[in-house]
Amino acid sequence: MTVSDVVVTGLGATTPLGGDVASTWEAMLAGRSGVTPLTQEWAQQLPVRIAAQLAVEPSEVMDRVKLRRLDRSEAVALIAAHQAWKDAGLAPATADASAANAAGMDPERLAVVVGSGIGGVQTLLAQDDILEQSGPRRVSPHTVPMLMPNGPAAWIGLELGAKAGVHSPASACATGAEAIAWSLDIIRAGRADIVVAGGTEAVIAALPIAGFASMRAMSTRNDEPERASRPWDRARDGFVLGEGSGAVVLERAEHAAARGARVYARLAGAGMTSDGYDMVQPDPQGAGGARAISLALRDSGLAKTDIVHVNAHATSTPTGDMAEVIGLRAVLGDHMVLTSTKSMHGHLLGAAGALESIATILAIYHGVVPPTINLDDPEDGLLDVAAHKARPMDVPAALNNSFGFGGHNAALIFAHA
Amino acid sequence: MTSRAEITEGLAEILEEVAGVNPGDVAEEKSFTDDLDVDSLSMVEVVVAAEEKFGVKIPDDEVQNLKTVGDAVSFIEKAQA
Repeated sequence: MTVSDVVVTGLGATTPLGGDVASTWEAMLAGRSGVTPLTQEWAQQLPVRIAAQLAVEPSEVMDRVKLRRLDRSEAVALIAAHQAWKDAGLAPATADASAANAAGMDPERLAVVVGSGIGGVQTLLAQDDILEQSGPRRVSPHTVPMLMPNGPAAWIGLELGAKAGVHSPASACATGAEAIAWSLDIIRAGRADIVVAGGTEAVIAALPIAGFASMRAMSTRNDEPERASRPWDRARDGFVLGEGSGAVVLERAEHAAARGARVYARLAGAGMTSDGYDMVQPDPQGAGGARAISLALRDSGLAKTDIVHVNAHATSTPTGDMAEVIGLRAVLGDHMVLTSTKSMHGHLLGAAGALESIATILAIYHGVVPPTINLDDPEDGLLDVAAHKARPMDVPAALNNSFGFGGHNAALIFAHA
Repeated sequence: MTSRAEITEGLAEILEEVAGVNPGDVAEEKSFTDDLDVDSLSMVEVVVAAEEKFGVKIPDDEVQNLKTVGDAVSFIEKAQA
């Protein structure tokens, strides 16, 4: 039996740059920053008072009553997943049938793999306030399904009618990429024809920010929000927290061809490794990340020289950015054009790998690499970066890297269909 | 004392807030689950909100007997007496 090719047929996102993929991509190509000051009262005591907040509030596109029972991370995941589903040319759910049924597909051949780095922490915090102030009887009966980390995937599975399995990887900032990697395995193993894969995160709240700030992981460039996320720049001082979700429809190539679906790109290969080095520090030589890239390259069957573009993890932290470059150079060489779109949309943690995969896929599809803004004073030994301006170029294949606290590494290679 | 009509109106407000039920659809003979599409978790929210609004206690083992809006109105009316 030959292993199926897996292709990308749908994209969806709601991000700090836009409420959908088109507006997000347009903002990326224009080099716009989605980072703004946190003007909310709760933020004023924090050392970090900037973040990349959603461009379009879920309440603008979703029913009020439905939102009452969704954590913010679930709401954005549902928005992204429905966009991706529609973008793939699949029929929306109707009153009496799930989306899978309405699309005439076998629900038992549809899976969902969507994870989050932190889960429904905003629900946890809000309900804990209610518990403290008003007692246990006032705690919402929706609390548990809202805060459980599999909630976003479960909601998507429910609304699309997925019956081949609903899964939620959790690997911190590698989650979104891992979700796509696991989905590749699911389709190759013949367990599904379509997988809706992605990541979601919505933790712009005092406690998560205070926690990351205590680790000294975040930028405190509070006076210059748009300049705060600056991967590979010497003046970088940490990441900027972003929120949102990205989702992709992955499909067995024959299945996509049979229904005449538009194909954005092929998911050519994936590699996942663990550092075994430290809980939160990256291996300074980037060894674990490099092994993930090697595995993805071998899995893809492509040559190093085919990989001409890398959407890097590069979060704008002092140690991580250059460790990744060392790993990239060691495995692929020095011919690639890098970018870190986090310079614009911040770090979406568990959604990062999904959103950045979308950027990688669109770079291949449209033949243009989105820029890395704020790279005014690059580090020595850096590879070629599409600094400041988008770079039109033919991209036959590209790599998306993601690394997460816990020592998780996930590398994805996409290629022209 | 609150009249049955006033209690029904109060429940309609709660049902709209919690479950998005159109207040015009709320009448004494309507079943919470079959007619108004209120699921079990939302029913818990309705009960807690009704306790607060009408200053009554609705024990958990009583909730299963409140099939219709009228059942709830009667219970609240009696509890307020």
